[in-house]
Amino acid sequence: MAKKKETKKIVFQSESEMPVTAMSLGSMLHNKTGAWRNIRPEVDRAKCIQCGICWKFCPDVSINIVDNWPVVDYDFCKGCGICAEECPTKCIVMVEEVK
Amino acid sequence: MKKVIMGNHALSYGAMLSRAQVIAAYPITPQTQVVELLSEMCASKTLDAKFIKVESEHSAMAASLGASLAGARTFTATSSQGLALMHELLHWASGGRLPVVMGNINRAMAPGWSIWTDQNDSLSQRDTGWIQFYCSSNQEVLDTVIQAFKVSEKLLIPSMVILDAFALSHTFEIVEIPEQKDVDAYLPPFNPPYRLTPSDPHAFFGLTGPEHYFELRYKLQKDMEKAPALIEETGREFERIFGRYLGLVDEYLSDDAEFLFISSGTAGSTARVAVDDLRREGVKAGNLRMKVFRPFPFDKVRGIVQKAKKVAVVDRNLSYGHHGIFYQEVKSALYGQDGMPPVFGYVTGLGGRDITPGDFKEIYGLASSKNTPDEEIGWIGVKR
Repeated sequence: MAKKKETKKIVFQSESEMPVTAMSLGSMLHNKTGAWRNIRPEVDRAKCIQCGICWKFCPDVSINIVDNWPVVDYDFCKGCGICAEECPTKCIVMVEEVK
Repeated sequence: MKKVIMGNHALSYGAMLSRAQVIAAYPITPQTQVVELLSEMCASKTLDAKFIKVESEHSAMAASLGASLAGARTFTATSSQGLALMHELLHWASGGRLPVVMGNINRAMAPGWSIWTDQNDSLSQRDTGWIQFYCSSNQEVLDTVIQAFKVSEKLLIPSMVILDAFALSHTFEIVEIPEQKDVDAYLPPFNPPYRLTPSDPHAFFGLTGPEHYFELRYKLQKDMEKAPALIEETGREFERIFGRYLGLVDEYLSDDAEFLFISSGTAGSTARVAVDDLRREGVKAGNLRMKVFRPFPFDKVRGIVQKAKKVAVVDRNLSYGHHGIFYQEVKSALYGQDGMPPVFGYVTGLGGRDITPGDFKEIYGLASSKNTPDEEIGWIGVKR
């Protein structure tokens, strides 16, 4: 389970130091949004037919295909459940996170 | 190469020569041919662009924002109700500093349903933070698309290239189609300072508190203020390559004009005919056609207006409960300035009713009979 990183709020003193639009200054790779998750997708490989539909539908690009199997990146998966909903064999089940 | 093309296709050729990389658009009369030709160009690979079919104008602009944020040169086009449906996302484009270029065919707002021209659709988007160019010929439409990409990408502010329904959109004119290599020399590839990319992922347009939002809007205004000089500079550069100057305004016999019309769009061409007629009758008339409406070219307009003895602003639009919108804006630009002539305002041609040289001469007659403008709107051609 990813832990939310301690962050310090940046307040700019002048507009000249700011980017032209509202954007994160640091890379989003450090912002582990998996900490938001209440339910987690778990893949049952016995039922998985390696169709890749979960990979295609994941809105957070948090399913990677490793040796043809879907592997959830729990650092970034927010637990939306779209993969479980779309899975044609229902091999993905959403399981409650126990904190 | 010269071609005889409609105004809608002038927009398409402009986008093609600018090497637009993504086009997301939804068809609406009278804009439909813009999208039709671009889709054909994409299908035949004449234009190497991704054409995204969408289910509404709201989605067209949303897709355009995503494409632009990913670093693609992005073009779309719409009209009237379609532009109104985009309204929310127009703010996202300017606030997000995404230099999308959009063609808008001026079509009157419903009801009653109209497919004919007036400017209330685009002028209703005045405060969305887009640059607005109003064109008066198909050549100017094509040329302005190319210039708009250059200006927008430099300032990171989106642009609307606006033309009249039917009077330009469906009217065929001779248009010089520039050589691709010349356009490439004028308009380098789009290279934004930030982009949405997996190799360096950033979050964009997130929650921005009172401690920062104000400064971002200050920066948008400061960059908008750079546009008039940049439009003139890029207009001169355009002239060096293509032989046609693209400025903030188009002046016709305004240098020694005692009676100055201020007009926009194709009515600005009609005004020239009226000016010629009046000159033959011994009246020193002239015309100032407003090309760029946002940012408002304050200095340019003040410099031209102060030479005249009387000014008549001709509006094909109306802010209900106030006056014609160009009239409001011109008066506001002159407020507190010394030595400015009286400015009269006239509303005409709503919903695509023709504006004729006779209408301009009627305006001259009405304005010359008074010394100071009154509060009443000067209605030209309304049946009452």
